[in-house]
Amino acid sequence: MANNNRNQEDKGASIKLGPKILDLLRKIGEIELENVEINAEEIEIWIPTLSPTILQQVPPSPEIVREKPMGILEAEFKPPIQAHSGKILEVKLGATKLEGGSRGKTVTIGGERSPAFYLFEEAQPNPPIVSVDVFDTEVSLPKSIRMHVQEVLGDPSAWAKLAVDKFNADAVTVHLVSTDPLIKNASARDAARTIEQVLQAVDVPIIVGGCGDPKKDAEVFQKVSEVAAKERVMLSSLTPDMAEAGILGDVCKAAKDNGHVVLAFTALDLNRAKELNRRLYEFLPKESIVMDLTTAALGYGLEYSFSIHERARLAALAGDTELQHPTLSGTTNAWAAREAWMKMGAEWEPRELRGPIWETVTALVLLLAGVDVFMMMHPAAIRTVKDVVKNLSSLSYARHMDADWISIRT
Amino acid sequence: MTERTVKKSIKELSPLDVYKLLPRITPPCGECGEKNCMAFAVKAVTREVALEKCVPLLTEKYKAEYVQLRDLLAPPVKEITVGIGDRSVKIGGKAVQYRHELTYHNPTPIAIDIADEMPDNQILERVKAVESFRYNYIGRILKLDMIAVRSSSNDPSRFGAVVQKVAEATALPLILCSFNPEVIEAGLRTVYNKRPLIYAAAENNWNKMAELAVKYNCPLVVHASEDLRMLKSLVKTLVEYGVEDLVLDPGTFVGEGLANTINNFTMIRRSACGGDKLLGFPILGAPIAVWKERTEPKELLMWKEACLASILLTRYTDILIMHSLEGWVLLPNIIWRFNIYTDPSKPVSVEAGLKIFGTPNVDSPVMITTNYALTFFTVESDIRSANIDCFLIVVDTGGLSVESSVAGRYLTAETITEALRKSGIEEKVKHRYLIIPGLAARLSGDIEQLSGWQVLVGPRDSSGIPTFLKDRWPPKKE
Repeated sequence: MANNNRNQEDKGASIKLGPKILDLLRKIGEIELENVEINAEEIEIWIPTLSPTILQQVPPSPEIVREKPMGILEAEFKPPIQAHSGKILEVKLGATKLEGGSRGKTVTIGGERSPAFYLFEEAQPNPPIVSVDVFDTEVSLPKSIRMHVQEVLGDPSAWAKLAVDKFNADAVTVHLVSTDPLIKNASARDAARTIEQVLQAVDVPIIVGGCGDPKKDAEVFQKVSEVAAKERVMLSSLTPDMAEAGILGDVCKAAKDNGHVVLAFTALDLNRAKELNRRLYEFLPKESIVMDLTTAALGYGLEYSFSIHERARLAALAGDTELQHPTLSGTTNAWAAREAWMKMGAEWEPRELRGPIWETVTALVLLLAGVDVFMMMHPAAIRTVKDVVKNLSSLSYARHMDADWISIRT
Repeated sequence: MTERTVKKSIKELSPLDVYKLLPRITPPCGECGEKNCMAFAVKAVTREVALEKCVPLLTEKYKAEYVQLRDLLAPPVKEITVGIGDRSVKIGGKAVQYRHELTYHNPTPIAIDIADEMPDNQILERVKAVESFRYNYIGRILKLDMIAVRSSSNDPSRFGAVVQKVAEATALPLILCSFNPEVIEAGLRTVYNKRPLIYAAAENNWNKMAELAVKYNCPLVVHASEDLRMLKSLVKTLVEYGVEDLVLDPGTFVGEGLANTINNFTMIRRSACGGDKLLGFPILGAPIAVWKERTEPKELLMWKEACLASILLTRYTDILIMHSLEGWVLLPNIIWRFNIYTDPSKPVSVEAGLKIFGTPNVDSPVMITTNYALTFFTVESDIRSANIDCFLIVVDTGGLSVESSVAGRYLTAETITEALRKSGIEEKVKHRYLIIPGLAARLSGDIEQLSGWQVLVGPRDSSGIPTFLKDRWPPKKE
C-alpha cells in the first residue's frame, strides 16, 4: 500500500497536483473518510475520481499481447445531464377578453430550464413561435417575397389577416415605417389608428414595430400603448439610445400602465443587453421583457448572433438573472444578404428557392441557440420553422431502425 | 487512468501547464519561430501552433515530456484523417462543445454520394460537379470535399468497379458505404492505399469490418441506430480490436425522428467534452436520409436536405453525407460551415478611417461605408475583384451595418461629415463628390448641406459598384 501511495504521489507531482490534494489522496487511501478534515467542495471534486483501480498501479510489465474480442464488450451509457440553477422567465403575449384585451388566443414564450431542445434534460416548455412581418407602407421587397404579399401591400390589416389565415402566424408584427421622420413622418395618432385596425382584423397577439428613431418611437409607443390598453402588445423595440435620450422611463411607464410587453434591443453585446435590462427593471416587471440581441444575416455575421444567443442562454441557465428573458430574432434580416435576392449564375438558381432557404437557415441556426420568437416573412420559411419546432419538441419513442440510406434509388 | 480523470479540459489549461513541460533552452533556440517557450506555450494552448513545431521536444531527451504534452493537449474529440496527401481531410479534433469557448477546428467536410447503380455518365458527371463546385465568399473559395460511394446494388463486383471508376476520376477522399463486408472489401481492393473511410460497422458485422479496417489501415464508421449504449459498446470492442480511428453514427432521422437525432448528437458531444473517451470521436451526419421519402417532389426533398444539413452542422456534426448538388441547397450550408469555424473572438467591427484601393489619384472616386466587419469585407472584396482604384472612408458606426446604422442614427450627416474631415481626403482629391451606399440614400440632402460635398447615391448592394462607376464616374458637371 505504501508503495502504491508513493507511485501515486510521483504521478500526482508530475501532473502538478496541489499539496493539499496529494494529502487527500494519501489519507483517503488509508483511513476512513470521516476522520479527514477537508472542505466539502474538495470532497465533491475528488471522491468520484478515487476508484480502487487508481490506487492499484499496474507495474510496468512487458507489453501484454491483446487478444481480439470475440463478442461485443458492453459499455454503459448515461445521458450527460447537467443541473441548471437558472430558468428563463415566461412572458405572455396578448390578452383575451377575460383579461381585458380582445385576443382570441394568447401565446406564452420562454420558461426553459435547459439549453434549446435538450430533451434528454428537460421537455421544451413553450414552443418557439413565428411572428409575421407586416409593413404599414409600401416598402421595397425582394421579388420572391413580394409575389406572396402583392395584393396586400400598403394595407396592414389585410396583410395581417393573410399572415394569420394563410401563413399560420402565431403573432403579427406591424412595422410602423411610415412614422420615420426621414420617410413620411406619419403622426403617432395615425400609427395608433393603424394598430387599432390590425387589432380588429386579427385575433393573435400583436408586436408593434417602430421606425428606429428613438424619439419618434418613444412618442409612437406611448400613444399606441394607450389605444391598445390591456391588449398586451409587445413594443419593438426599446434601446440604449432611448435611455441616453432620457425618454426610456416615459415609454416604460406607458407600457406598464397599459399592461404591455417590451422588446429590449442591443447590438451584439451582452454587457449592453444586461445594462439595458437593469434600466428596464427600474420601471417594469421582469415578466414583460423580451430581448433582441440582433440577428445578422447568414453570411453577414450570423455566427456572431448565434454565439451571442448561445452565451446568453447558457449564462441565464447558469444563474445570470439579468439574461433570463426569452429572446427574439428579426429573422427577416436574412434578406439583407445578397445571396438571398441577387441574380447569380445559373448554377445557383432559382432565386425563388435560394431566398427563402436563406431566411430558413438563418432561423434554424438561431432556433438551436435558444431563440423564442422569430420575426419572419416568407411563407415557406415560416412553415419550415414551424415544422422543425414541432419535430424537435418531442422525442419519439418508436425507434427508427431504418437508417439505411445506402440502398436508396434516386 | 489517473491522469485521464484529473486531466484539465482544454479550456482550463493555462499556458503555464504547457510551458513547464517545454525544453526552455537558454537562450531560446527559436526553432519554432516564436520568441521563447512561453510565447510558444500560449499558442499551443489555443492550438494555433502544433506541438511538433518545437524541434528539441521531438528529440529522445524530451520524449517523456512530449508524450505528456501530447496527452495534455489532445482534444476530447479525436482527430481522424481520411484520404492521403494534399486532398486528405481531417475530421473531428474538437476541443469544446460550444463555439464561443474556443475556435472550432476542422470544418465539417461535405461528401456527395454516388450510388453504384447510377449509369456511368451520371457517375462521372457527379464527380465532375463535386470537383468543380466553388463559391467565392468575401475572397475565400468554398468547396466540396469528398465523395461517398454507396452500394445500392449490394453486389461486390459492381461496387468494386464503380469505386475504381470514381478513384480514377478524382483524387478526392472517398467514403465506401455498405453494411456488407464483402462489398466493402471489393471496394477497398481497388483503393487500398488511399485510406478511404469505411461505412459502417454495426452490431451484426463489426468483426468483419474491424478486420478490414485493420488490414487496409482505414478509419471506420460505427453505426448503431438510436442506441448510444450499443454505439459505445461497439466502440469499446473495436478499440480493443485495434481499430482506433473511428467515426460515430447514431443514425440520422428526419421528420419526427429529428429530435432523437439532435439529442443523440448533443449527448455524444457533451459526454466527449466531459471526458468520455469512448464517445470522443467525430460524428457523422447524413442529410441524404431525406431521400428515403421517394414519393415527395424532388424540390421538397432538396429543401429538406438543405435544412437538415444546416441543423446538423450547428449541432456538432463533423462529417456530412449529402445527395443534392444544387447550388441553392449547398450554398447556405457551405457559408454557414465557413462562419461557425471562424475565430469567435474576432471583433464584429473593423478599424474606421480611410482605406486606399489600388493606386487612386486626385480624380478617383470617394465612397463611404460602415465599420461592421461583414459590411466592410463585402465592400472590400467587391472593390478588389473589380480592380477599382478608389478611396473608401469607413465610418465608425459601432460595428453596425448600413441599414441598421441609418435606422439607429449611427450613420448620419454628422458622423459622415466628421469622418470626411478626419480622413484628410480633402487633400487627396480635387473633386468633392461622395458616393454613399444606396441604403443610406435618405441622408443625401443633409450630407450635402453639412459637408459641402455633393452626394451620389450608390447601389444598394456593393456588387453594383463596378457598373455604377462605369455609368456615373466621373460625374457630369451640373
